[in-house]
Amino acid sequence: MIPRLVRRVAKPVVLLACLVPLGMIVADALLDRLPAEPIKDVTHRTGFWGLTFITITLAVTPLRRITRWNWVAGYRRMLGLIGFSYICVHFLIYLVLDQFFAWSYILEDIAERPYITVGFTGFVLLIPLAVTSTAAAVRRLGKKWVQLHSLIYVTALAGVVHFMWSQKADVRRPTIYGLVLIGLLAVRLIMRRRIVAGSQRSVIREAPTRDAQTHQTHRREQVPGLR
Amino acid sequence: MLIRRPPDIPPSEITPESVYVDRRRFIATATAAAVGLLGAPLINRGSTLEGSGTQGLTDELTPFDDVTTYNNYYEFGTDKADPSRNATAFRTRPWTVEVAGEVAKPARYDFDDLLRPVKVEERVYRMRCVEAWSMVIPWMGFPLRTLIDRVQPTSRARYVEFTTLLDRDQMPGQRRDVLPWPYVEGLRMDEARHPLTILATGLYGKPLPNQNGAPLRLVVPWKYGFKGCKAIVRIRFTERQPMSTWNVMAPDEYGFYANVNPEVDHPRWSQARERRIGEFRRRPTLPFNGYADQVASLYGGLDLRRNF
Repeated sequence: MIPRLVRRVAKPVVLLACLVPLGMIVADALLDRLPAEPIKDVTHRTGFWGLTFITITLAVTPLRRITRWNWVAGYRRMLGLIGFSYICVHFLIYLVLDQFFAWSYILEDIAERPYITVGFTGFVLLIPLAVTSTAAAVRRLGKKWVQLHSLIYVTALAGVVHFMWSQKADVRRPTIYGLVLIGLLAVRLIMRRRIVAGSQRSVIREAPTRDAQTHQTHRREQVPGLR
Repeated sequence: MLIRRPPDIPPSEITPESVYVDRRRFIATATAAAVGLLGAPLINRGSTLEGSGTQGLTDELTPFDDVTTYNNYYEFGTDKADPSRNATAFRTRPWTVEVAGEVAKPARYDFDDLLRPVKVEERVYRMRCVEAWSMVIPWMGFPLRTLIDRVQPTSRARYVEFTTLLDRDQMPGQRRDVLPWPYVEGLRMDEARHPLTILATGLYGKPLPNQNGAPLRLVVPWKYGFKGCKAIVRIRFTERQPMSTWNVMAPDEYGFYANVNPEVDHPRWSQARERRIGEFRRRPTLPFNGYADQVASLYGGLDLRRNF
């Protein structure tokens, strides 16, 4: 009884927790707590959280494999969409508040400033992923879905490079994100090698979230010890 | 002969503190609108802030709070709020300034002795950061040339080099190798002797706050802010062009001259416009930060695109 209740409540709670950084930004703006360059501050903060949630999204599958917590897969889409949302807000702040629709400057930025070119590319590549995140799209695309969604690695890499190149001298934070990303990629490659060497069953495990989730919901109910 | 020029911005143009545009309230309103409308275009094109238009530029003083909490002073941390937090206990007395190199009278001056003969005056200057934001700051200080005249550089002295204190105990930012410490900056002798170039000892009529470079910092208003060496412990006259910290760090991004120039972009961002702290829309950046009439003649025959 309780596990079912927990399961039902957990997702909205996690969603709310993910929106806390956005709430803090809004609160800081409303309570007059932003620093002297408020637009720059909110741009940096939304970008930071966008990259953070994309990185967390990438960590879901490795975490699931290593810990066998299959339930985490059920959060992957939501986390990815939260990351996408933060990046959308990040981009909109740039477009509206920062540049105020100064298209010539925006195009110049995208074309001539490498860190913006890279960041913008990462953002654009996320759009098809967000569009095909529905259960129907997962079903329709089948195997292609997995291929398409591996683009998230390109976005994450672009995000780290964008973060790194936007810094003047202090690259500590982007370096940490770069190392985490390399680590996650390494785990992925090791897992893939195991799958290739291993059984067919492992390949089935590559199936997209939605299927895996329904599949595993049944399993979890049968095995009381598994959480 | 010293030609005394009036401060670039006459006091009559200084807006009283009560009238400062409260941009934070604007941002709050905009955010409230955004929260309410969720995604609808939230900025009303007609409602620009007073004095924020890019035409008919005004130069209102940047509020004291912003001048003293938004600082690039990596010795106290790389975040702009770090210096105001980490410099509170910084000791600026006793303070010694060494005058060295190609001078008739090399000496170590106690800070108060150094200041005794000078007349501190107020100078309201625009400050343009290389990061494309700007402020208007009422500095207290004295022309650097009065000091130069006192110490009598030799005929070999062609440049002046400034060095910031190196003190890892007091300056936590120096415990990380973000920049090669200590911070060093330099000027050509004619730039150093220009009447606009000052050594600042205060702002807003008060002693210089620690986070702004106390007790003594350089202010060269037609150059990017990073030329303004802070917490100066050494002034050295040299024959060769001194190294300057950011130039060593990234030579393709920060030049020795670092004159404000809207035509020469930073490799990673445009320098054509700037955001004046407190304003919403960006405004155009002026050649030599608006001081071209006074300083452009220093650079006749110099390719400013190359010598950025």
